[in-house]
Amino acid sequence: MFIVDYIKTVYSTCKSLLSGMRLTGYYFFHHKEIITQQYPDVRLVMAERFRGEVVMTHDEKNEHRCTGCTACELACPNATIKIVTKQELQPDGKKKKALDTFVYHLELCTMCNLCIMACPTDAIKMAQTYEHSVFDRNQLTKKLNAPGSKLMEGVE
Amino acid sequence: MISIEHISQSLHEALSASLNSTLVLLIEMVIAGVLVIALFAVLGLVLVFMERKVSAYIQIRLGPNRVGYQGFAQTAADTLKLLIKEGLTPDGADKFLFNLAPLVVMVVAMLIMAPIAFTKGFQLWDINIGVLYVSAVSSISVIGILMAGWASNNKYSMLGAMRSGAQIVSYELSAGLSVITIVILVGSLSINDIIASQQNGWWIFKGHIPVMISFIIFVIAVTAETNRAPFDLAEAESELTAGFHTEYSGMRFAFFFLAEYVNIFVVCAIGATLFFGGWMPFHIGSWEAFNHVMDFIPGIVWFFGKIFSLIFLIMWFRWTFPRLRIDQLLNLEWKYLLPIAMFNLLLTTLMAITGFYFK
Amino acid sequence: MQYEEVATTEEGNLVINVGPQHPATHGVMHLVITLNGETILKVEPHLGYIHRSIEKMCESLSYRQFIYSTSRMDYLSAHINNHGCALAVEKGLQIEVPERAKVIRVLMDELTRVASHVLWWGAMAMDVGALTPFFHAFRERELINDIMEETCGARLTMNYMVPGGVMADLHPDFVRKVKDFVAFFRTKIDEYDTLITHNVIFQGRMKGVGVISAADAVSYGCTGPVLRACGVKCDIRKLSPYDGYEKLNFEEPLETAGDSYARYLQRMRELRESLSIIDQLIDNIPEGDFQAKTKAVLKLPKGEFYSRVETARGEFGVYIISEGGLTPYRIHFRSPGFNNLAALDHMARGQKIGDLVAIMGTLDLVIPDIDR
Repeated sequence: MFIVDYIKTVYSTCKSLLSGMRLTGYYFFHHKEIITQQYPDVRLVMAERFRGEVVMTHDEKNEHRCTGCTACELACPNATIKIVTKQELQPDGKKKKALDTFVYHLELCTMCNLCIMACPTDAIKMAQTYEHSVFDRNQLTKKLNAPGSKLMEGVE
Repeated sequence: MISIEHISQSLHEALSASLNSTLVLLIEMVIAGVLVIALFAVLGLVLVFMERKVSAYIQIRLGPNRVGYQGFAQTAADTLKLLIKEGLTPDGADKFLFNLAPLVVMVVAMLIMAPIAFTKGFQLWDINIGVLYVSAVSSISVIGILMAGWASNNKYSMLGAMRSGAQIVSYELSAGLSVITIVILVGSLSINDIIASQQNGWWIFKGHIPVMISFIIFVIAVTAETNRAPFDLAEAESELTAGFHTEYSGMRFAFFFLAEYVNIFVVCAIGATLFFGGWMPFHIGSWEAFNHVMDFIPGIVWFFGKIFSLIFLIMWFRWTFPRLRIDQLLNLEWKYLLPIAMFNLLLTTLMAITGFYFK
Repeated sequence: MQYEEVATTEEGNLVINVGPQHPATHGVMHLVITLNGETILKVEPHLGYIHRSIEKMCESLSYRQFIYSTSRMDYLSAHINNHGCALAVEKGLQIEVPERAKVIRVLMDELTRVASHVLWWGAMAMDVGALTPFFHAFRERELINDIMEETCGARLTMNYMVPGGVMADLHPDFVRKVKDFVAFFRTKIDEYDTLITHNVIFQGRMKGVGVISAADAVSYGCTGPVLRACGVKCDIRKLSPYDGYEKLNFEEPLETAGDSYARYLQRMRELRESLSIIDQLIDNIPEGDFQAKTKAVLKLPKGEFYSRVETARGEFGVYIISEGGLTPYRIHFRSPGFNNLAALDHMARGQKIGDLVAIMGTLDLVIPDIDR
């Protein structure tokens, strides 16, 4: 019957609307459901695999493991890494290629992890930093090997 | 007990003692104007903050909580920002109408304030056709919106304004019809008479199902009339960017924003007056002791408590429901609300004639 | 409700630019719509605002390198795009992927699909004017992102797939966290139904709107949930299974109405189906290598290689032409969004402006996926 159908429609309409309101009402009154993290006050703990930026590991003697082989430079899809090498005089009188500057362009990096996978000596790794904003873009071009650092003994 | 009524009375007497009557009237008008504007500013701040907090909690967020204690100064800071912003007028706009539109909307929102009785004896204008005045004046605001939409010379604005025009004009009908149910039961258009008739119980309780139906229709209709979600087609962010106020910036935008919230306040005040007894405390028939306890809570607290409950209800709608489409919006009004309201009016009239309601 | 056919004269009709900056387009897409009052006469998408020539870029990248760039196409199913690329390279090199890597890949694909559909649900609700679901959707999506971050190292553009397997082994917490998530999400998906699916206003906005017939959808080249909502079986996971989908016991949900509501329901059912796939796999991850042994420098033999996967939006195809060198001679990506967008005009004609937004919502457009 028309009237019965009409009333049924009105009833089911009201029911569906009220059940939605009950849900939002529940969230309004139950503040324990709030998921906001107040960022500068609550610092995030990043996962250990999180890829923030490329860094070069140095030990306490200020030695790194980079031989300047440019495997990472070749692996990088965006020309993020530029390796400048120099000829170093070995104690036995031979000249050997060694790392001079490891230039890293953070502004070009997509954190794809391919350089880290390509590195044969585990010289570079991903750091878990995430606050990268600076006022001047030049600051994003970084020199990864520490000043005065040299190649670790025994790394070929 | 000091009440607002006493303060206004004694002020009037003090002024009358030393000045002639024209000057007294003038001073009182200035005071009233200042009070209304002050109420506007405070309402804008409070309601915007309330909206942001309500939406935040419903959306499992915290909302503003940095500026001032618990974020209370957030809206003040936002207003300051809007004040110092440049108010742009688009090149192709009709400059006079463009600048006039926010003022029209604001002034209308202010005018409706006049007959509202905030507490016993505290009313700007005790007019004997108060309810009629409110429903007549409130429909002027659509002119402001149409003006804004047309003068902006923007297609989104115009679509928004046209939607708003269709919407407000149609929902005015069912809002009016649901208001009339109470007028029929009371037999008077005066706001004070309506409140006085609820001395022994509010109409929502006394009036059986017909009044409840008319209350529901009233809430739906005023939600639509104030352009609030789920009926916010005039602004429809995802469809028309910002609808009729797309081109407005700075303080002129703030006027629209403020007028929206003041309109909500006013319609909720009317709703509280008609269905929940205005400033009248909660009374139950002949329970003298209970009624006496309730009388200790001042009328202004009752009134604002009722208004803010209704405002919360309307905000709750907004943050729960999706938006209707324009044809569905008009369908709802002409095929559902209006016939139901008319039928309901008939029932109420029968009820009033036979006296079949709690007295 | 069916709308009458409207005359398509240009005389006196309103032409509106929706976008490139518009809240409804979820990105930089530009629609030129012709209106008669509120009724849409024509929708004309203008593309190219976010064209980055990824296909051309890939021609100068090696077979290991080019995979990362596909994450930037359909960023919501980045994993699945990478998967498609890895499959194409593996096909060329004839690498046998270890069982464990296959299962990890499928698990990640399904988690990505859930994340993508959840975000779609929130954005879709926002398109029709309900703002709250967006935040509720992000609550669940964040959990998936956290799982991804722990195992893959990134939240959105993971670059976890490499030719021959995956980049790293699963994180020790992965299984526990995924189980927690699935249990949590099953309760929340019912809330989604309460809030939006069963809502009368929402159903009114969706039912009978943007109808497209199966034949039309096929001829426009629609795939994924858009085509399945017309009742056409087109799930690549069923049609040409890859990486162990053939062993899984899952259904391909089909709706038949072909309107917006059918597309909505289709995605909601796929969400549940994805959860059941995750359920089947999470306890049965085989031991073994996560990556096959591959040469340091990959060289595809001369020839053409095509692989296709089912992303959250439809069929994603990778077509590689190799001349035998270090880099591909030509790469073409068949992205689902482009073809789904093509049907927008057909669906939106004669509807209202509000419907256009809702239809775009149900198409689940990701603009970088359309432009590439």
